[in-house]
Amino acid sequence: MQEAMIKRAKELLADGSVDRVIGWKRGEFAYDMTPAVFTSAEELDSEFIFDDFTSANVSKYLVKETAKEGKILAFLKPCDTYSFNQLIKEHRIDRDKVYVIGIPGGPKLDIEKIKAKGITGILSVKNEDYTLKIETLYGEETMPFSEAILDKCASCKSKKHVVYDELIGEDGDVLDSNRFDMVEKLENMTAQERFDFWRDQLSKCIRCNACRNVCPACTCENCVFDNPKSGIDNKAPADSFEENMFHIIRAFHVAGRCTDCGECSRVCPQHIPLHLLNRKFIKDINELYGEYQAGADTTSRAPLNTYTKDDCEPSIVHERGVE
Amino acid sequence: MQVNENFEPVIVAFCCNWCSYAGADLSGTNRLNYPSNVKIIRVPCSCRVNPMFILRAFQKGADGVIICGCHPGDCHYTSGNYFTRRRITLLYSMLDFLGIERNRTRLEWVSAAEGAKFAATMEQFTADVKALGPNRRLEDLRCRKQ
Ligand code: SF4
Ligand code: SF4
Ligand code: SF4
Repeated sequence: MQEAMIKRAKELLADGSVDRVIGWKRGEFAYDMTPAVFTSAEELDSEFIFDDFTSANVSKYLVKETAKEGKILAFLKPCDTYSFNQLIKEHRIDRDKVYVIGIPGGPKLDIEKIKAKGITGILSVKNEDYTLKIETLYGEETMPFSEAILDKCASCKSKKHVVYDELIGEDGDVLDSNRFDMVEKLENMTAQERFDFWRDQLSKCIRCNACRNVCPACTCENCVFDNPKSGIDNKAPADSFEENMFHIIRAFHVAGRCTDCGECSRVCPQHIPLHLLNRKFIKDINELYGEYQAGADTTSRAPLNTYTKDDCEPSIVHERGVE
Repeated sequence: MQVNENFEPVIVAFCCNWCSYAGADLSGTNRLNYPSNVKIIRVPCSCRVNPMFILRAFQKGADGVIICGCHPGDCHYTSGNYFTRRRITLLYSMLDFLGIERNRTRLEWVSAAEGAKFAATMEQFTADVKALGPNRRLEDLRCRKQ
């Protein structure tokens, strides 16, 4: 796959169809793949990588990239195409400045799950027939591929590309995913249990803002959490209230626009399951206002940007789930 | 649950200028009683209530927050309260999801002619919040008074 992608990128650069290419390159470690922009065939040959760790969604980078001159080639996995569509809908990306090549999605790997097996000093990870051969400073280790899959891939909602100019590989289908299972489980707990669960989780937050910074729905030029008058800008939470506030407001701001790309949970250094908050909103929207998938198209109105005269009343909260 | 008889909750009521605030006024001119626990904040439309306002109210010491606006269909700005309805439904559902007591938040439609409904709503809501006791799950310890 990587060779086919590099070959196609070089062709498009050579015939002048695009001026730049956004993909991934190696960071400090072999499993540390980071989004990168390439401008020449040489750079592509020496640095471009597409492997089991290229899970980062590059669509948000296109907000800045399409503000520049010239056209850029973007390689988008199925989940990334939803974010891309949503950004077009919100007028954040100039569609004419991007050439989209749809590429197959994961499942991608989560290095934290490998490390959790006690494997350290990792030099490289190879997938051989769904067994991971892990080369470390202390010798070779193996583990099943299935035990190291990223959470967001394990609950994948769609293998279908909702937008592309061309495809490399096959297109897939929207999947029947189990992504709301944990939300449902929480809904069936008592309020006290839910409160304790979230205290455990949210108290770990160090307010690094990574979840916001990576989120394709969080592209505000001036974020509320950077407002010096808010009293909560650029600082770690000083009280449980500040943790709650950050998480409620962040999730609320992306309600109806979050495509469930899973990036926020993936980047959280504290492993806070942010996707549960996003999915709670998605689930509520689906149940109360009709099925809606953000990013599936570029024309429909977002659920919070519209209404019907016979929407339910907020008192419905009292009628559902467990108190 | 044990109810502390001496506990007096602080209730913040966001009232829209055109209906509910006038409704509150009417209940006053009609000499109807409603609990002095209720602190009214006038907003141009119920739709002006940003989720952050509600959280801030809890942070600064409210034990319950209620939003009042014109009845659906009667919004002074035509459709503001329809947006309020969706937004607040989702927000209250999220607060519930985080384990915050459902009875601490409410939304009621009160028209300018419904002075009696305003008084009765506040009476009921204050009693419900009183039964819950002080807000502990969504408070800011640094702002605690007693
Ligand atoms: S990425 Fe995690 S730790 Fe950082 S601000 Fe978000 S939730 Fe908190
Ligand atoms: S909130 Fe998380 S899952 Fe939703 S769009 Fe943002 S990064 Fe993706
Ligand atoms: S948290 Fe809210 S204000 Fe900040 S970038 Fe995201 S959507 Fe914008």
